[in-house]
Amino acid sequence: MRALRYAVLAVALLLTLVVARAVVYPPLSGRVVDGANVLSAPTRAELTTKLADLEDKSSIQLVVATVASLDGQEIEPYANDLFRAWKLGEAKQNNGVLLLVAPKEHKVRIEVGYGLEGTLTDTISKLIIVNAIAPRFKTGDFNGGITRGVDDIITTLTTDQSEWAKKPDLRQQDDQAPGWLIALIAIFFIIIFIIVIRNGGGRGGPGGFLIGMASGLASGRSSGGGGFSDSGGFSGGGGSSGGGGASGGW
Amino acid sequence: MNVRFSRPRALAAVAVLSFGLASCGVNAIPTLEETAKARWADVENQYQRRSDLIPSLVETVKGYAKQEKDVLVSVTEARAKATSIHVDANDLTDPAKVKQLQDAQNALSGALGRLLAVSENYPDLKSNQNFLALQSQLEGTENRIAVARRDYIAAVQAYNIELRTFPGVIWASTVYHSNKPMAEFTASDSAQTAPVVKF
Repeated sequence: MRALRYAVLAVALLLTLVVARAVVYPPLSGRVVDGANVLSAPTRAELTTKLADLEDKSSIQLVVATVASLDGQEIEPYANDLFRAWKLGEAKQNNGVLLLVAPKEHKVRIEVGYGLEGTLTDTISKLIIVNAIAPRFKTGDFNGGITRGVDDIITTLTTDQSEWAKKPDLRQQDDQAPGWLIALIAIFFIIIFIIVIRNGGGRGGPGGFLIGMASGLASGRSSGGGGFSDSGGFSGGGGSSGGGGASGGW
Repeated sequence: MNVRFSRPRALAAVAVLSFGLASCGVNAIPTLEETAKARWADVENQYQRRSDLIPSLVETVKGYAKQEKDVLVSVTEARAKATSIHVDANDLTDPAKVKQLQDAQNALSGALGRLLAVSENYPDLKSNQNFLALQSQLEGTENRIAVARRDYIAAVQAYNIELRTFPGVIWASTVYHSNKPMAEFTASDSAQTAPVVKF
């Protein structure tokens, strides 16, 4: 009876989890994702060039997103979830930045990845929003506001490169098996393989089964490793954010 | 031949068995437990970061708004109380301890919210550069706390579900006999919403 109750509870928990995360986020279609359609074509092209240039020089992924609606959420959790869904920045450096604009809600946020929190601080992010972005948005100038905001973010990120370059990883990657463990498993299989071969190769039975299993495991691992989108364009590098940055309104 | 052959067979059996066990999720419980503990450390870090910001915030406000003594004292007291409570990662299975910490941190959030609300009445303070910087850092930290708490709650849910569902429930009742479900934060409290700060 108790077990049944726990099972029901667990299912209920799972369901709430699913429901809570039901917001659909736009796909990462490029460096500028203009979901709210507030940017002109030349501005979009100009921004894309600037952002690609930034990544070439510093490996920092800065993405500009405008959304038609925040789906009833606050901008902070929305930006954080979107950042994590897009995995901006390199997995090890976590050097991604998201400039999110929600024209309908009159909200803007700069969400900063773990690795850049020391350079693009909360205070600097706030100043960029208050001084460069919000006043232009107030007059309806989204092209100008976003361009100035991006320029200021890039200036901040590139003028003090030594700072972020020597920053250690703020967050450990705890979801990955360590290299030595993989090596150990590999050695284990090689030893088994050798033993099996020595005892008269071509025999079926456990040997063949094991080899099959080993190769199956190996292929499973490699197929899970790829992370590039087939559009040949742009994709996130596996970075994450813990809520650094600042938000504002206009 | 027969003798030589039995050794690799045994080895193979061990290999199959250990992989079979691993794929049955014998590792899932400790893995999820460690993840939840790591996320808890993130939560504590962010709380610490917030309490580190408070003394300079109080000092700055004092310079402009001495007469708001009550609010300043309540922030300082709430901070002292909140920093005195620590929940070790091993105590996460004790809901009472987690609640105690949560209550203290909520009280601090409330006091901070009042302090920032009061600050609105002092134009000189509001335009002070130092205050602006502290305010944005505080806002950022409140948001980081919210993110860290969400991550912790998700990690605990994953862990608790593993303890109570198949196949984890088998391991939970045998190998990991002493593992208990961890306490979550209650979601709907005032600390979830950061104090609103207007510029």
